[in-house]
Amino acid sequence: MKAIEALRTATDSILSNRVRAFLTVLGIIIGVTAVILLISIGEGTRQFIKNEFTGLGSNILIVVPGKTAKEGGTHLGTSAVRKLVYDDALLIKKRSRHIQYAIPVIAGTSLIKYGGRSRNTYVIGVTEDYFSARNLSIDTGRFINASEVDSKRHVCVLGRTVKNELLGDANPLGALLTIGDSKCRVIGIMAHKGVTLGFDIDDLVFIPTTAAKEIFDTDSLFNITIKVRGESELEAAKKDIKEILIRRHAGQEDFTVLSQDEMIAVMDRILKIMTGVLAGIAAISLIVGGIGIMNIMLVSVRERTREIGLRKAVGAKNRDILRQFLIEAVMLSAAGGLIGVVIGIAVTWLIPVFMDFLPVKLSVWSIFLAFFFSAGVGIFFGVYPARKAASLEPIHALRYE
Amino acid sequence: MIHLENIRKDYVIGGASLEVLKGIDLDVQKGDFLAVMGPSGSGKSTLLNIIGCLDRQTAGTYHFEGIDVSIKTDDELAEIRNTKIGFVFQMFNLLPRFSAFKNIELPLSYSNIPYEERKERVMEVLSRVGISQRASHKPNELSGGEQQRVAIARALLMNPSVILADEPTGNLDSRSGGEIMDIFKGLNNEGVTIILVTHETAIAQTAKKIMFMKDGVFLNESH
Ligand SMILES: Nc1ncnc2c1ncn2[C@@H]1O[C@H](COP(=O)(O)OP(=O)(O)O)[C@@H](O)[C@H]1O
Ligand SMILES: [Mg+2]
Repeated sequence: MKAIEALRTATDSILSNRVRAFLTVLGIIIGVTAVILLISIGEGTRQFIKNEFTGLGSNILIVVPGKTAKEGGTHLGTSAVRKLVYDDALLIKKRSRHIQYAIPVIAGTSLIKYGGRSRNTYVIGVTEDYFSARNLSIDTGRFINASEVDSKRHVCVLGRTVKNELLGDANPLGALLTIGDSKCRVIGIMAHKGVTLGFDIDDLVFIPTTAAKEIFDTDSLFNITIKVRGESELEAAKKDIKEILIRRHAGQEDFTVLSQDEMIAVMDRILKIMTGVLAGIAAISLIVGGIGIMNIMLVSVRERTREIGLRKAVGAKNRDILRQFLIEAVMLSAAGGLIGVVIGIAVTWLIPVFMDFLPVKLSVWSIFLAFFFSAGVGIFFGVYPARKAASLEPIHALRYE
Repeated sequence: MIHLENIRKDYVIGGASLEVLKGIDLDVQKGDFLAVMGPSGSGKSTLLNIIGCLDRQTAGTYHFEGIDVSIKTDDELAEIRNTKIGFVFQMFNLLPRFSAFKNIELPLSYSNIPYEERKERVMEVLSRVGISQRASHKPNELSGGEQQRVAIARALLMNPSVILADEPTGNLDSRSGGEIMDIFKGLNNEGVTIILVTHETAIAQTAKKIMFMKDGVFLNESH
């Protein structure tokens, strides 16, 4: 039997029972749609977070306390390991010629009050260099300057959201806020920027690191943010930082130096796993769809026992029958796969319109994966019914009522 | 052309063995028109299935056109059925989804005959059984007699060496039954070899030769 003929026979048989065929492939349609959609969401999230980290700048290094295996990501606590202190940052800046800025960062949360209003938010202690290191921009007033850092001046720069919540439309410059137990004078408002690196620039307060030491009564830094002079000096700078800090920390490497690329790599790995898990879950629904096809094919073999007998009587070989039913199963699942691909792509396109908070990125490989996986499911679950059909004895099949 | 020697067939059902054919000898020559008569359960269909290579004998030898079919593989038998044997069944056995044309065309799906010849061949056999104008009808739009004509056309399509008909009039009234027998007679006059199974004497009368079967053996021969 020629392939074209087998295809025609399978089409005839599928089209002769359209409703049933549609219900059968519904499982595959849903499965393929789910695979494409979930992979798109996974990829979208990966892209989104990658962009976030890229915003950090490629010549930024972050030194955090604690030695962490790269795979494990970074933990932000400071317990049980020697802390990083203010002077570590100063020393790094002084000793390495590859380093432009070394900013000791102290981070905490605090209740901030102004008049009758209050807001609990992040307070980040930085030096004047942070502004240029992170390419920040100011909306009103100015950023913290060097003399304010040196003299532990209680001044603050507010994010947009904080300003709106606490001060409303009033002129913010010169306003006196209460941070914890201390008073702080507002000297500037940050330009709107949104979320980067897990921090919502709009919803935090910058103060001098020296002031933060007093307010939070701590020596230990959240991190040391380092800006290297040029991207080509990244490795040299890293080496310098390690040497300087290991010497200061009694020969122990109890800190971690992360570059943007490393952070991206770590996040990327985690998110790839997440995407894989999502795809796996969706694949299960494809397999369930495949079982649905097998079920219907078994029913179909039973219903068409006489037809199989007759076909054998007029010269069909076992492999002709096998092929006929296998092609039918594959056509069903491939048709379901195709419809699923169309719906999957359509939904992925529509998501940004109706749910703009959900990052999606349609990836071509997910479409191929979903389609060929569904066809594979058709073959896998079609084999058993097809073999059953092929092995029917012609005389029994002809006698079958 | 068809030569059976001491053919036996046993069915084993639940451990017990049932002897259905108990030593059948038969010779059919090209151009013969043989009717096999006998009561229900005497083994007529079983014999016809063996002749038609749908089933295999338990013992004895069967030569079809000089070939010992017992040594042929299932695929080779399928090919013999496709090219050399035409079946006509009591229940017509047409595929309900397909038009008469497509039903008749079915054996071509399993042959090497080129596409271009197919339509011509189908139309030719349709006219031989006298229902050319019914080609596009589905079985449920046809009378019993017409359905059986479609089945005969299908059996004729590949120019088989022999047509095997198992109670072809069993589901028809006597008028359409008679018409079907006229077709068989006409075909035989054109040289087609036919073996027919029936339990009706009137039907068997059409054949050139009648053989009686009872409990798996032939009784006698009459002409
Ligand atoms: N596949 C089978 N398995 C078991 N017994 C069968 C089978 N086919 C036929 N028989 C038995 O063989 C006997 C002859 O059947 P059959 O050849 O159909 O008779 P006829 O066509 O003369 O009526 C019957 O008793 C029937 O029950
Ligand atoms: Mg019978």
